[in-house]
Amino acid sequence: MKPLNDTVTATPPSGIRRFFDIAAQMDDVISLSVGEPDFVTPWRIREAGIYAIEHGFTAYTSNSGLPRLIQAIAEHLHARYQVSYEKDQILITVGVSEGLDLALRAILNTGDEVIYAEPCYVSYGPGIRFAGGVAIPVHTHGDDGFRIHPEDIEAAVTPNTKALLLCYPNNPTGATQNREDLQRIVDIAVKHDLYIISDEIYDRLTYIGKHTCLSSLNGAAERTILLNGFSKAYAMTGWRVAYACAPKPIAENMLKIHQYTMLCAPHMVQLAALEAILKAGNDVEEMVADYDHRRRLFVRGLNEIGMGCIEPKGAFYAFPSIRHTGLTSEQFASKLLMEERVAVVPGNAFGASGEGYVRCCYATALSQLEEALERMERFMQKIQLERKSTNVSSEALKI
Amino acid sequence: MTKDREILKLLEQDSRTPAERIAAMVGEDAERVRNLIQEWENAGIIRRYKTVIDWERFGVERVFAFIDVSVTPERGAGFDDIARRIYRYPEVHSVYLVSGGHDLRVVVEGDTMKQVANFVAEKLATIDRVNSTNTHFLLKKYKDDGDLFVESDSDHRLMVTP
Ligand SMILES: Cc1ncc(COP(=O)(O)O)c(C=O)c1O
Repeated sequence: MKPLNDTVTATPPSGIRRFFDIAAQMDDVISLSVGEPDFVTPWRIREAGIYAIEHGFTAYTSNSGLPRLIQAIAEHLHARYQVSYEKDQILITVGVSEGLDLALRAILNTGDEVIYAEPCYVSYGPGIRFAGGVAIPVHTHGDDGFRIHPEDIEAAVTPNTKALLLCYPNNPTGATQNREDLQRIVDIAVKHDLYIISDEIYDRLTYIGKHTCLSSLNGAAERTILLNGFSKAYAMTGWRVAYACAPKPIAENMLKIHQYTMLCAPHMVQLAALEAILKAGNDVEEMVADYDHRRRLFVRGLNEIGMGCIEPKGAFYAFPSIRHTGLTSEQFASKLLMEERVAVVPGNAFGASGEGYVRCCYATALSQLEEALERMERFMQKIQLERKSTNVSSEALKI
Repeated sequence: MTKDREILKLLEQDSRTPAERIAAMVGEDAERVRNLIQEWENAGIIRRYKTVIDWERFGVERVFAFIDVSVTPERGAGFDDIARRIYRYPEVHSVYLVSGGHDLRVVVEGDTMKQVANFVAEKLATIDRVNSTNTHFLLKKYKDDGDLFVESDSDHRLMVTP
């Protein structure tokens, strides 16, 4: 038979997925390898979804989404970040996943380059390539809290660069980025006439400082596609609903792709999202306070057991370094899973610069987190002993 | 929310949370958390520590009744005197002054329905200025003081997700 699409066949399956297959077959595993809240969607939102189904809201909505939901999103963004979007600049998508795909496909021609900071969410590289683009990662490092340096971005710009893709608070590092640096990045985008895609799906999960909405920066709105959604803040990952906000010419073209490939987001889900954005503010605050407690406890615990970890200021991940164990991320993660039954995600799943780290999600019951810390402490001690004895034997060999 | 309020809320959820853990969770020094708790105990802000028990699951049947009581308030003392006469009985679980069709909502606890009914007939209804009582026996407890007494949501997440 004729070969399938080259780009798709050349893309490896997600490294996370591979790991899942092993972990899923074991008992008594504490999983710190999820990327979603441990809360079930707040009841008022679930109830609104049930009500919508009961009352027959089962038809298509307009392509861009329910006008009431779009209006509520515009008001929400204005109240929170003082950014102004008109209704034809907002599109309801099936997850930020779809929004990202639409943005990339609307912007890129074959061979256009997209610069993004690594480590990053697993979809960025493949998403760019599926849209015909070239993925240009810029590395960030644990030593300075995975800050993205504007000069590194500028150094990566070529005549083919079309867009920057940013994600703060970040998955997998939990890093946030200060307003000044973000403004400098916007200035670079202005100087080189680049689009900016800003994935702000973790905006509400900011524990230290205030989140900066990228399109609120000087010169940003006219070139920025803001992506956000309901998955993380409202614990709605399985509902598949999000939104994209963009300058009109981009929004119009994203809408065309959405119209011809997705048609619309589910009607009843949009109604649940409407309830979320209008009424679930307190639920979000309570969940965020709860993540924050676990964040502090877990990060302190990691540092105490020798898994050095910069303070994650957002999202619900800790990204400790395991370099000093002498193991690669994958070796560490599979050894930890086999020997102590704790599942973490190897950092290299998030790009080459994630090597030497593992991602631990602390959106898990406190008792589980404490048990996981105990198991990991035992593991770290064992590794240290093993390292000592191999060091001794290699010393002996030298003599 | 202030840190102090956060600490109280954590204790309210689980009074056995060690001070060290609370300190880690709110980013505070363990010594200060211990001192605060001591202060709150002394000041009567923390009144006592108790345990939520599902007696039915343990095999003990307790009978609860919600009693709407209409009273004639006393000149000078309002409802307080009559409330005091009621809440001093150990079988009285709670007493609230409420708005609406009745004045006091009294929760009475006993071993049997008969015992509760007798208490209402002999003690409550006979108090001077109690005009009427309307007794509702509790049939099933779903949620009590924020605690679910029936099944709760379980974790349906996959083991690994991006
Ligand atoms: C950074 C980031 N962007 C996007 C997504 C996907 O979000 P959605 O559920 O809205 O498709 C995730 C999910 O893990 C994520 O971490």
